[in-house]
Amino acid sequence: MITIDKVSKHYGSFQVLTDCSTKVAKGEVVVVCGPSGSGKSTLIKCVNGLEPFQAGAITVDGISVGDPKTNLSKLRSRVGMVFQHFELFPHMSITDNLSIAQEKVLGRSKDEARAKGLKLLERVGLKAHAEKFPGQLSGGQQQRVAIARALCMDPICMLFDEPTSALDPEMINEVLDVMVELAQEGMTMMCVTHEMGFARKVANRVIFMDKGLIVEDDSKDAFFGAPHSERARQFLAKILQH
Amino acid sequence: MNYDFDWSSIPGALPFLWDGMKISLEITVTAVIFGIVWGTLLAMLRLSPVKPLAWFAAGYVNLFRSIPLVMVLLWFFLIVPQLLRSFFNLDPNTDVRLTSAMIGFALFESAYYSEIIRAGIQSVPKGQVAAASALGMSYSQAMRLVVLPQAFRNMVPLLLTQAIVLFQDTSLVYMSALADFFGAAYKVGDRDGRLVELLLFAGAVYFVLCFTLSQVVRRLQKRMATV
Repeated sequence: MITIDKVSKHYGSFQVLTDCSTKVAKGEVVVVCGPSGSGKSTLIKCVNGLEPFQAGAITVDGISVGDPKTNLSKLRSRVGMVFQHFELFPHMSITDNLSIAQEKVLGRSKDEARAKGLKLLERVGLKAHAEKFPGQLSGGQQQRVAIARALCMDPICMLFDEPTSALDPEMINEVLDVMVELAQEGMTMMCVTHEMGFARKVANRVIFMDKGLIVEDDSKDAFFGAPHSERARQFLAKILQH
Repeated sequence: MNYDFDWSSIPGALPFLWDGMKISLEITVTAVIFGIVWGTLLAMLRLSPVKPLAWFAAGYVNLFRSIPLVMVLLWFFLIVPQLLRSFFNLDPNTDVRLTSAMIGFALFESAYYSEIIRAGIQSVPKGQVAAASALGMSYSQAMRLVVLPQAFRNMVPLLLTQAIVLFQDTSLVYMSALADFFGAAYKVGDRDGRLVELLLFAGAVYFVLCFTLSQVVRRLQKRMATV
């Protein structure tokens, strides 16, 4: 589904990504973790072309992201993305947040888009809030709406960029629950997250990044059981300490 | 000092002054509308990744912001009437002073509006564009549906304040002998030898209008800040 082949990226002389290669198969859930500044968010943003990269190639469903001839907007409309800071549109009601891209990008009718939005809102347990504005919801609720908004587009895969790291601790689980459910339904997912409980529960593979390099790319059991690299061992020891 | 104030020429002049006020408002409204539309385009050009477009917009804005309004208006009074006459084959006696005043103000004010709008666009978090793009929206859709509505909301008080300043600045057209509100007051005062009274009256009207509007803007700002 997603193929990342020797991708490198630099800002001026600062190397952000170096020769990153990996694959995400259809239905697979891959967790990307690593210390801050390791390039994991940049990597996931390269997948739908939000961040350009200078070398290497990324394909999603066989379509090259870096190719200037690719219709990026069209490709992005098929790839769901959830952001750290939710990025709901604050000047629109929840219903409009859910339907605007369906109408303007996919060309669905207003009724169809609304119905789909409500269905997915119900799925994330927020149907009662349809007419509210994002500012009236808690962080956890906003992030669930953001997931519903991405799902409204019937994505072929989902990218999560630290979806829980801006949330208060008591709201993390409501978001993770939605993500676990999605994973169990067979959605192809690439998640940048530090939630190791989530990784243990649903990930097929774990990628560990450090200083722009993919240091480990292994099955979940191998990663948690015995990481190859010293760096990953230290990282795991630190975040699993408590 | 013994100056005998005589306000008696004002009541009779009110219809003429009102006509002048209509001209002032007409210039203000045209310049605000045109200024916001052209200013928005300039702001988008200036933020565009295409360098020549950004340079053009920056050049335009810096040029107009670096010359006094009175000179811009004067050029427009001298040049635009000629151009309009030759382009549209107008009778040399057609009065195009109002049109040239409107064009002059509109072009001048759009430079100021563009800076307000640029700041407004930049006040919208970058993540909003990323989210819109991630949903498959094109750059222009992201701008139109997501960024500009939020930017304008943040900008309303500034845009209105600029409109108030613009309204006061329209008094500069009196130098082309166009009878805007100020020009009309000046003419009446001159005619009746009551310049002091008429100018005091005109000043009071400007003050009351602009002060009231500023208060409205302040209220609005407070209300929007709490939402």
